Amino acid sequence: MSDFDAMDEILREFLVESYENLDSLDTDLIVLEKDPHSEEILGKVFRTIHTIKGTSGVLGFGKLEKVTHVGENLLSRMRDGELTYDEGIATGLLQMVDAVREMLNLIESDGSDGQESYGALIAILESLLDSGSVSPPEVEAAPEASAAPEASAAPEAEISEPVEEPVAEVAQPESDDDSDDGSLALETSDSEPELATVESNVGTPGQVEPQRAKSSPLSDSTVRVDVCLLDQLMTQVGELVLARNRIMQYGQQSGDPELQSTIQGLNLITSELQEEVMKTRMQPIGSIWNKFPRAVRDLCVDMGKKVNLVMEGQETELDRTLIEAIKDPLMHALRNSVDHGVELPEARLRAGKSFTGTVRLKAYHEGGQVTIELKDDGAGIDPVKIGQKCIEKGIYTKEEVQRMTSRELVNCVFAPGFSTAAKVTNVSGRGVGMDVVKTNIEKIGGTVELKSKQGEWTELKMKIPLTLAIIPALVVNHNGGRYAIPQASLLELLRLEGVQAAGKIERVHGARVYRLRGRLLPLIHLGEVLNQESCFWPGDGTTEEEEGRSWNIVVLHADDQTFGLVVDGINDTEEIVVKPLGKQLKNIPVFSGATIMGDGNVALILDILGIGKVSDVFTPEGARTDVKAGQQAESEKPHGSTMILVEIGSDGRMALPLSSVSRLEEFKSDRIERSAGREVIQYRGNIMPLVRLANLVGRPSGNTEDSEIIQVVVKGEGKEAVGIIVDRILDITETNYDDNNDQGETSIVVDGRVTEIVRTSDVLASAGY
Amino acid sequence: MSNQYCTFRISDMLFGVDVLKVQEIIQFQEMTVVPLSDTVVRGLVNLRGQIVTALDLHVRLDIDSNEDTDTRPINIVLCTEGGAVSLLVDSIGDVLTVEETAEESPPPNLNAKTREILVKVCKLEDELLLVLDAEKTVELGQLAKL
Repeated sequence: MSDFDAMDEILREFLVESYENLDSLDTDLIVLEKDPHSEEILGKVFRTIHTIKGTSGVLGFGKLEKVTHVGENLLSRMRDGELTYDEGIATGLLQMVDAVREMLNLIESDGSDGQESYGALIAILESLLDSGSVSPPEVEAAPEASAAPEASAAPEAEISEPVEEPVAEVAQPESDDDSDDGSLALETSDSEPELATVESNVGTPGQVEPQRAKSSPLSDSTVRVDVCLLDQLMTQVGELVLARNRIMQYGQQSGDPELQSTIQGLNLITSELQEEVMKTRMQPIGSIWNKFPRAVRDLCVDMGKKVNLVMEGQETELDRTLIEAIKDPLMHALRNSVDHGVELPEARLRAGKSFTGTVRLKAYHEGGQVTIELKDDGAGIDPVKIGQKCIEKGIYTKEEVQRMTSRELVNCVFAPGFSTAAKVTNVSGRGVGMDVVKTNIEKIGGTVELKSKQGEWTELKMKIPLTLAIIPALVVNHNGGRYAIPQASLLELLRLEGVQAAGKIERVHGARVYRLRGRLLPLIHLGEVLNQESCFWPGDGTTEEEEGRSWNIVVLHADDQTFGLVVDGINDTEEIVVKPLGKQLKNIPVFSGATIMGDGNVALILDILGIGKVSDVFTPEGARTDVKAGQQAESEKPHGSTMILVEIGSDGRMALPLSSVSRLEEFKSDRIERSAGREVIQYRGNIMPLVRLANLVGRPSGNTEDSEIIQVVVKGEGKEAVGIIVDRILDITETNYDDNNDQGETSIVVDGRVTEIVRTSDVLASAGY
Repeated sequence: MSNQYCTFRISDMLFGVDVLKVQEIIQFQEMTVVPLSDTVVRGLVNLRGQIVTALDLHVRLDIDSNEDTDTRPINIVLCTEGGAVSLLVDSIGDVLTVEETAEESPPPNLNAKTREILVKVCKLEDELLLVLDAEKTVELGQLAKL
């Protein structure tokens, strides 16, 4: 290694470490703002600045040194208790962090720390320094005092270089992209964020020593690995998975027990290896969240709002490619929450809310996916306003808006070109916002859902797959070919047998539809999509021909819409490794890639979105199919609500919205006690009052008062709970009644019978609850 | 100066590609047909875990297939800018070294489809060697029908 290379290496290390340190610095400074007396954090901030200052001095970046130097003075004053951390100092220091970052960027791009002298910033920092109890002469003295350790820092840095060397060698130092996230720290044990600080403190003598000695085992247990290497490893493991699949298939045919057990072992090891390698590419979502507190703080200062950002589940891990992909959409959504969601403090007080708004960011694993929730306790979304805006912007016509439910209206914010902010701020409101969030999340196979209660809260829920490289898929047969359907877009499988199938698949002017639980499901034949001759629909042939046949419908979901794909056969689900198609095949919209199956043959992966588009089952504006499908589909749309069907009297059927019910219970009737003339029961440590629905609605009950078991619908929780006694709980069913958008209906048709709607709150109010 | 070409036959014509562009030559493999693709694309081949598109040079060059369909084509896997692509040919020949003096540009009376991808004609002792441009051969443009 020549001297020049060595210097380059030092510079690179310096940049990587400094970027990392700056990221943690942002967070620390904000924590410090809440807890100004935390010596630990103050010490950490001080060390970080000190390190950057020291190293930049050694490397000859004068301006960088000067800026950090003033910051360091300020911090040392605070550490000594001569100054107290306040908002002014926080802003000053954060500005300094920005300036340092700018200079580091310059150093990275052209090797110098730029022309700007940052005079204004230095002046601000110095004035902050002066505002303390210290007289100016001492300020002058400070630089000299801290310049001394710096001089000795230079040789120290050289000496410590060999110490770093072995680590660096394992870490593949020849990486070209030494941006701040070009490499990621592999953490084999429970390491702490301090790691970065510890490493970067190599070369600064004095107060850092004890700290370093204390946590050196930490740096032994982690190794920096180039991301490219991990990606290669991932590819190799993908190949291994395929080879395993092949061997397993071969083993099943051969029936040799020795081979079987060996394969069993191979299978186990491969699965574990795959899992572990996947883990190395996993990064905690916190790695992008750490920038958020700073962003929220800056926004709040700009807009005069008070927002408390609560983050839960930072440790939730995601594949790093996905982390990168969700970074910007998430930031955008967060800005939106602060900008449009949370109200100004005065407005909050007027609305009877706390002075400070809360934005809650929560991530967790659920069903093989990562769910990220962003919820604010702000003004919520007004569906009426959204509707008006849609009409104004010409996104929808007035008639269309009138036909939409409030939930559909709320989700209109995802429409391209939509923005409700009264005025465009520099934060958000340019009308490119939410649709970008949605498209970006959907691009990586995720989904976005927005819910809101006007005046109370808004919640954005994103569901993201864990990884993209290896996905579970359903393998189907069609016309001699095999195709893989990503499981993420799969809803359910239907099978229609023989002659009956003809009756179940109906035609709407040539288009085939299937009645799936009362909704019309548009059907596409895979043969038609692939332009193949054999599209045999039920009813096409004679009875004899159709007798032994069956049709498989794969119900798929893409772009908020559902359709059925008819295929010849359904094989199995399998973990597949997604491989791109060559450029000769790139222009076929119905395939998203290919994979190698267990027998070594290639299968094509169907692009569900693409199929939907070429088959015209989507209307251009996405979610509008339902509206356009006409009144029939509209009235059968199940997005109304789920209702509990109960029986009162011999023939009376009533429906209660499931959303208002917390539990269904059965009690022995001898457990009913009486208190103040009312029936009560001991339930979960509380006394729960009971009401008889039959009495409330003035119907005769089919049950006599002394029947042995009573069925109770419980509304509310804990001490608020009220039990509604019904004669019999019949069923839970989807209906078109929308309890968020009550039109005042008194009854609906369920299963062909007129059923009365019970508005639980009205009924209970009439009983005095 | 001389150039080396990997030669192969399609029907009775002798073709060649720059030997440095050839990654490997493999036996006929089972192929997965890709519906909706350009007719030139015969299918996808699994080349040791890598998925390679196989192109039919008969179609690409507008040459009628031989009568005897028993002979299985051979894959010449080219290493192109867009990744590995396989050319299906009838039979494989030697690697020939041709002096530049024996090379000439293609004649103007050649059919248009072939002229696109043919870069040179080499005058061998007893026949002509038609040299294809590897990159242009695998470039199908927007021909695919949907």
